[in-house]
Amino acid sequence: MGLKILTEHINVPGIETLEVYRKHGGYKSVEKALKTMSPEEVVEEVKTSGLRGRGGAGFPTGMKWSFLAKPEGVPRYLVCNADESEPGTFKDRWFMEKNPHALVEGMITSSYALGANTSYIYIRGELMFVLRILEKAIAEAYAAGLLGKNIFGSGYDLDLHVAPGGGAYICGEETALLESLEGKRGNPRNKPPFPAVKGLFQSPTVVNNVETIASVPWIVNNTGAEYAKIGIGRSTGTKLISASGNINKPGVYEIDLGVPVEEFIYSDEYCGGIWKGKQLKAVVPGGSSVPILPAELILKTAAGEQRLMSYESLSDGGFVSGSMLGSGAFIVFDEDQCIVRNTWNYSRFYHHESCGQCSPCREGTGWMEKVLHRIEYGHGHPQDIDLLVSVAKQIEGNTICPLGDAAAWPVAAAIRHFRDEFEWHIKHPREATAPGAVYRGQLDAVTA
Amino acid sequence: MAETLNEVTFSDAAMAEIQRYISHYPEGRQKSALLPILHIAQAEFGGWVSPEVMDKVAQILDIQPIEVYEVATFYTMFNLKPVGKHVLEVCRTGPCCLRGADQLIETLKQKLNIEEGETSADGMFTLKPVECLASCGTGPMLQVREVFYENIDSEQRVDEFLEMMRSKEHETPTWAQ
Repeated sequence: MGLKILTEHINVPGIETLEVYRKHGGYKSVEKALKTMSPEEVVEEVKTSGLRGRGGAGFPTGMKWSFLAKPEGVPRYLVCNADESEPGTFKDRWFMEKNPHALVEGMITSSYALGANTSYIYIRGELMFVLRILEKAIAEAYAAGLLGKNIFGSGYDLDLHVAPGGGAYICGEETALLESLEGKRGNPRNKPPFPAVKGLFQSPTVVNNVETIASVPWIVNNTGAEYAKIGIGRSTGTKLISASGNINKPGVYEIDLGVPVEEFIYSDEYCGGIWKGKQLKAVVPGGSSVPILPAELILKTAAGEQRLMSYESLSDGGFVSGSMLGSGAFIVFDEDQCIVRNTWNYSRFYHHESCGQCSPCREGTGWMEKVLHRIEYGHGHPQDIDLLVSVAKQIEGNTICPLGDAAAWPVAAAIRHFRDEFEWHIKHPREATAPGAVYRGQLDAVTA
Repeated sequence: MAETLNEVTFSDAAMAEIQRYISHYPEGRQKSALLPILHIAQAEFGGWVSPEVMDKVAQILDIQPIEVYEVATFYTMFNLKPVGKHVLEVCRTGPCCLRGADQLIETLKQKLNIEEGETSADGMFTLKPVECLASCGTGPMLQVREVFYENIDSEQRVDEFLEMMRSKEHETPTWAQ
């Protein structure tokens, strides 16, 4: 069992209250940072830790912080991205619900490092009950002098607010989030300028994920060097993994980065094996936008090495034989699941969530959904598979924000690894639409 | 129910909450409070936002009505036509489907005798399939207002859920308590 940085006290009764949270060491990082460290020293510790953004992109957090422009007389902002909407991802919601003060503490320490005097937590509107929990924690922090004016007598002031979204996956993209936080449609902005130069209200802004910010207090308390000792290679520290799908124990697990994938799926400490004693068919390891991998490639790389839960190992082989750690949303498919149906389902999601700003995304996601729907429902044409590959290629890399890539990758990967299932659906329209016609890819042998 | 702008009146508790959200933003940036205010308006006026309500929101924020319309129509959480007493927002996305979300939607359609997007004849339920609700490990699930109902994975649980909801009043939002 690895070190629990984020979840050590998660099941302590009353940990959501300030009193219990402080009894277990809460807010020590705020006191340490404000009383003994300069903002630059906090940034340096985060750089040393090797912490990478936990929202999906995996960009080094300390480096992102150091890009923040610091013009005189202009406010700076820290915005927490709590718009967790990627299918398969539910770690941030779970964490905020269970341990809200850990995020508040991270926001204070991080805001100090960045020189922000007003910070926001942008949370998806569907999680209004979590917003209430956070607001209660923030009110407690204000009452205790941990927020507001002159925190710990340091002369540092900070106001922290929570803002709800309105139901739009695109608002997880940082510039769309900023548009939404300004009360507009969540249309992504062109970059540059990047938020570090012109972000919220045209001021320098850092946008970080919930888990990223919640990791900062441990780094400040224990040093970045200690954090960097955990994990493997450039995948330092621990990671929250949301595990779902056909496994015995869906849930959120904190792992040391570098745990073997096989151990994560089959050990009782984590997923507990495949549901109902079935065989593993495939895994989407990092949220619905990352490429799916068949069982043999999620357990071992193309070179035959053990696949690990780390940024590098999961991406080993590029998209030909690898995938991504992404947000750490691990979706498991058993042998009965239909890849075509699942691909259509995700395609519908991305079509629904495209903001419509870029033509390749707006039109392409609709095309892909339509073609996948007709294949799934027994009306596919032989040329449809290549058509899907072509449309995915034309979307990828041709949009303002990464939603286009997120829509294209799952389709391209499903065809790359499970082309036989798409072909089977097209060749056997009647069986494809029959109830209970599952694991269709292997039915070719008996129905051809 | 077609109100005129002057007939749309927020309660004192709602107005206090609106002012609280506006105070979170720098002077002149009050439009930032638009989304939270639309949530408050929806809770205040029967679960949906009419054009008259949106006009009132524009008036409160001192912005143009079009600025409210374009936002309310972009985000999926805002209902632009009347809905039933309980809006059942059922997650229909991949991970929930691996645990039976498709079946849950079909069962609800049969039991309520409605299609997706429709309201039951008694005005009690509106069925609204939605995309991922960050409850992938506890699917199939649905949301009613601010409450998640998870692991609804059998017909018996659907029956129990509907029975409970039929006798349930909406919970009062925290800001109005």
